[in-house]
Amino acid sequence: MTSAAAKPTPEVTDELRPFFAAAREGRLVVQQCRGCGRRRFPPREICSHCLGRQADWVASSGRGTIFSFNVMHQVYHPGFAAEVPYAVVLVELEDGGRMIANLVDCPLERLRIGLPVEVVFEARGPEVSLPQFRPAAA
Amino acid sequence: MTHPLRGQYAIAGLGLTPMGRAYDSAMGFAVEAVRLALADAGLERRNLDGLMLNPGLAWADAAMGSFALQQALGLTNLGYSLTMNIGGATAAAMVQNAALAIEAGLCTTVACVFSDAPLKPPKPDDDGKKQGGSAAAYGFARGLSAAYGQFGVNALYALVARRHMHRYGTTGDHLGAVAVAERAWANRNPAAQFHDAPLTLADYHRSRWIVEPFHLLDCCLVSNGGAAVIVTSAERARALRQPPVYVWGFGQGHPGGDPLDTLTSGAPLAKRTAFAMADIEVADVDVAEIYDCYTFTVLVTLEDYGFCAKGEGGAFVADAGIGPGGRLPVNTGGGQLSSFYMWGMTPVSEGVIQARGQGAARQAPKHDVVLVSGNGGILSTHSTLVLSPLPS
Repeated sequence: MTSAAAKPTPEVTDELRPFFAAAREGRLVVQQCRGCGRRRFPPREICSHCLGRQADWVASSGRGTIFSFNVMHQVYHPGFAAEVPYAVVLVELEDGGRMIANLVDCPLERLRIGLPVEVVFEARGPEVSLPQFRPAAA
Repeated sequence: MTHPLRGQYAIAGLGLTPMGRAYDSAMGFAVEAVRLALADAGLERRNLDGLMLNPGLAWADAAMGSFALQQALGLTNLGYSLTMNIGGATAAAMVQNAALAIEAGLCTTVACVFSDAPLKPPKPDDDGKKQGGSAAAYGFARGLSAAYGQFGVNALYALVARRHMHRYGTTGDHLGAVAVAERAWANRNPAAQFHDAPLTLADYHRSRWIVEPFHLLDCCLVSNGGAAVIVTSAERARALRQPPVYVWGFGQGHPGGDPLDTLTSGAPLAKRTAFAMADIEVADVDVAEIYDCYTFTVLVTLEDYGFCAKGEGGAFVADAGIGPGGRLPVNTGGGQLSSFYMWGMTPVSEGVIQARGQGAARQAPKHDVVLVSGNGGILSTHSTLVLSPLPS
């Protein structure tokens, strides 16, 4: 049996380096503006609220709810050929910020807006741990 | 008091190349569209002194695209040149910029041009179905999006549509009603790519999923081709070959923020300016050519112009009827879903045809006030034109 194509490994850019460093230790972090305290993800150079340039990476509880989702049926990358249909979820973190991820350990039929979820980490290549979400333990 | 620009400018020429699986370069399509638009207006190349280009994907990094197009067309002594890109809102916005440039005395006769060639010709050894589709052209993603398998614009609009369904109770039948209505219009338009293919709601539901909640038939028909319109003064337009299409009003609206929170396009902002200039209300609109990258975009845009209350777009398209014989004729050429996808030029071009009364089998019976909308990004940019065959 031939091995399936690998899913894309995200480039560890300077901007995302703290995010991936934390993820490798099993921690989820998001950006927090030093000026106004708003949390955001994905990271940005400039806070669109206060225009502040300084931001810190702060820990998130990793808990949140599904804000929206889609279910991808088309194969755009061979790494996902065996996965379709698969869900891309937009998670609203309880302590601020929204991030996309995939839903794991959950049949698509259970997926709905408002579903409580919690972060788990998926190894993606030797260097990267990717935050994913699964239904929160009751 | 009448707005000083109301009815002072007109669209005097329209050029549409073959659309869909037609093969030429983006430049070739652009040049041909301008040639056709000039011929339609009864003008020569030397009459053009303004040129605007909205470069499609195939133009790639065309920062000076309008200059490249000028050179290809052999135009000299232009008084106005602009490459412009606010996505699908660009075409109607180009018409606005053209009017403003003429008003300022920079030029008198402006060609506004869009072209794209995202579809690659089939290779000799395959059936032509495997490659060159919208997946190849519009399925881009990088970084985290690619890592999570979220590719392309379809997936982003799907997130917004899902929120709309959650918040307002919009259903798949509502989305399908848009696809079915536009197909019925396309069946009356010999130039539409799906002219010969009727569509029922059941057919719609059977079409394969692309990214839920979107079926294939929720998504626009990515096309090769070129489209151009010629904008000039109302006075000059009256001396040209075609019946003038007067621009009664125009506006833009770029709301910023996150459409996932607002579930609203830029239409409310753009409408305020455009309807005030045109001195109309929503009830005055006879025909609406609404940007329709997805079925969902039509539904939400109709809400945002006030054809129905916010959140009731689904019921409006399903119950009131936007197809032939419906209460409001919408996307009478078949739109981007069933005719061709030329970004904002799809609604602009059909708006011109309807205002002129040249729609033949698909002509709306009343067409004194034609609304045209453009939309770009994820409900991010918006432009409005109010067109009419009447000078005032």
